[in-house]
Amino acid sequence: MGADNALETAQNVGRNMDLLRFATAGSVDDGKSTLIGRLLLDSKSIFEDQLEAVEATSEAKGYDYTDLALLTDGLRSEREQGITIDVAYRYFATPSRKFIIADTPGHVQYTRNMVTGASTADLGLVLVDARQGLTEQSRRHAVILSLLRVPHLVLAVNKMDLVDFSQEIFDQIQAEFTQFATKLNIPDLAVIPISALQGDNVVNRSESMDWYQGPTLMHHLENVHVASDRDLVDARFPVQYVVRPKSDEFHDYRGYGGMVASGVLKPGDEVVVLPSGMTSKIAGIDLFDQEITEAFPPMSVTVRLADDVDVSRGDMIARVNNAPKPSQDIDAMVCWMTTEPLRKGQKLAIKHTTRTGRALVKDIQYRLDINTLHRDQETKELGVNEIGRVQLRTTVPLLCDPYSKNRTTGSFILIDEATGVTVGAGMINSAS
Amino acid sequence: MNQTHADYRLSQLDQLEAESIHIFREVAAEFEKPVLMFSGGKDSIVMLRLAEKAFYPAKIPFPVLQVDTGYDFPEVLATRDNWVNRLGLRLIVASVEEALKNGVVVDDGKTSRNRHQIGTLLNAIEEEGFTAAFGGGRRDEEKARAKERVYSHRDEFGQWDPKNQRPELWSLYNGRLHAGEHMRIFPISNWTELDVWHYIGREGIEIPSIYFSHQRSVFERDGMLLTESEFNPCKPGEEASERTVRFRTVGDLTLTGCVESTASTIDEIIDEIAVARLTERGATRGDDRFSEAAMEDRKKEGYF
Repeated sequence: MGADNALETAQNVGRNMDLLRFATAGSVDDGKSTLIGRLLLDSKSIFEDQLEAVEATSEAKGYDYTDLALLTDGLRSEREQGITIDVAYRYFATPSRKFIIADTPGHVQYTRNMVTGASTADLGLVLVDARQGLTEQSRRHAVILSLLRVPHLVLAVNKMDLVDFSQEIFDQIQAEFTQFATKLNIPDLAVIPISALQGDNVVNRSESMDWYQGPTLMHHLENVHVASDRDLVDARFPVQYVVRPKSDEFHDYRGYGGMVASGVLKPGDEVVVLPSGMTSKIAGIDLFDQEITEAFPPMSVTVRLADDVDVSRGDMIARVNNAPKPSQDIDAMVCWMTTEPLRKGQKLAIKHTTRTGRALVKDIQYRLDINTLHRDQETKELGVNEIGRVQLRTTVPLLCDPYSKNRTTGSFILIDEATGVTVGAGMINSAS
Repeated sequence: MNQTHADYRLSQLDQLEAESIHIFREVAAEFEKPVLMFSGGKDSIVMLRLAEKAFYPAKIPFPVLQVDTGYDFPEVLATRDNWVNRLGLRLIVASVEEALKNGVVVDDGKTSRNRHQIGTLLNAIEEEGFTAAFGGGRRDEEKARAKERVYSHRDEFGQWDPKNQRPELWSLYNGRLHAGEHMRIFPISNWTELDVWHYIGREGIEIPSIYFSHQRSVFERDGMLLTESEFNPCKPGEEASERTVRFRTVGDLTLTGCVESTASTIDEIIDEIAVARLTERGATRGDDRFSEAAMEDRKKEGYF
């Protein structure tokens, strides 16, 4: 991309540019940081002083090449150890799309970071080293992305230059992964042969792999269709904040601020307020000082109701004939994120949409081995970075949907009440 | 505004705006005593605009805190006052000068005013008992910031522990605190420099005039163009001259460099940035240049 392109990109940022959030998974050995460095460099998202700093460091370390991985390893201890220990967010744009990368470390002890990065991603990018093929780690990454219901997955087969750009090796990895993916929930899969170090099929087409007819990685990222991933049918509006100006000009104004989780809201819609079950009509929807005719995800708006019903933070506005049933018995997959294990009988704080309560761990049904998908039903606890199926009883009813239907109303976090730390991430299977 | 489309698409800038409004409302609902840290720079002005939208037609339900280094650009203070007056907000000014005088921070003669802001700020937060402080930090600014959460936990000493951050999933933010701790909140974490400029242009909001091209008496020091002023006289060998410049960031005027530029509108600034070869901080902020880990060190101590 040249300077013209950079100018066009910069001007489009404020126009109708699209957004794609993607999560990358892989270890330093897979060349993940190099790939991200390459995407930033070839899309002209890296500035001269950043590149100079990296060139100087590479030279000081005695490398005979510029280590693009140094661009992304942010914290000092990571630079010293040469590993990525936390989720880092990176930004770049092309004329049609802005990208937010959640860059997550690949090692098993960092499962919690990958879960974190995947939670907001539209697309997951898994890297494998062509010389090694699929490893336990790459399978684990695909499983996590599937559990977090990331709708699009790309398997980038990296280091093709080190296997003489062999089609046979690529085909073999692709076949093996496609076979494995049938066991998972991956609605959309693309497999792309690349060399991050040399730039083949990252932004520019490879001249060494004419047997590959598919898109480059960048072309795929720019064109993958994400708008239809949203649910525009089931209206869910968790009430976040009650707007009451009490000023002379807006004396009687009472609006409910929140972000549309799913569905489309319109003035005139018959709605129900949960958990009370009171019904009303949408009188108007405000976006700052304008009244709008429709609100859809992920807009932050203020909804006004026709009747003076009691609505507060933590409530949900849904359609009369399409609303979740308030439930206190929750069956969920939980990723445990702290060293002290999760045990039956434990009590935790729970945050779900804008609702906060307490949860009792009624049962741990099984621990999922994310390498083999084996369900270990003998387990009595979940250790750090482990994922399992858990039954919870909550003090307040949750206004939830299955995570497979709705990533916003189907997710929750668990908080240790003594330390205040987020210790678990939950994805709801069912509620009753 | 283009919020309503037949295909229900939301542009990336509208998505960023929605996310930031969500964060403001979440904090206002869950924290007892939030405050917005206002530097007068473009990022903090965008924050104020987003806060205005989040609570409209109600007033922004928290005050604004500014750390006054004593070396602030007068144009920046003027813009600050216009914003605060228009929105009817309470402004708290924490003065570095006074913190030095009262011994809250100690001047060793080597440390910059920027560094003294840390102690001044932490003292103001403690004195007023603020539990959440909004900051205009963006993750695209610097490598250490790339890993910072939207809700960034600070211990009772105001310190950031980068290796012990709480996981942050979906849009579920965890605001739990113990007594004496507080949370830094970064509602524009996911914005880039270009997003900020486009948003200012689209919203037509006031920013300090020094962001636009103007004539100024400047001199060169350490490869940066600095403003000549009574606080910042030329040293021997340095010579001031009139140049056509603008500032890409605003801060302590003894440390904040400007760039030669004829960009006098937002569109011209955007075009200039698109072809710029240096990131905004590296080019013009003396305080980030000391070491590769400079920002990380200051953040750990409690910097914005």
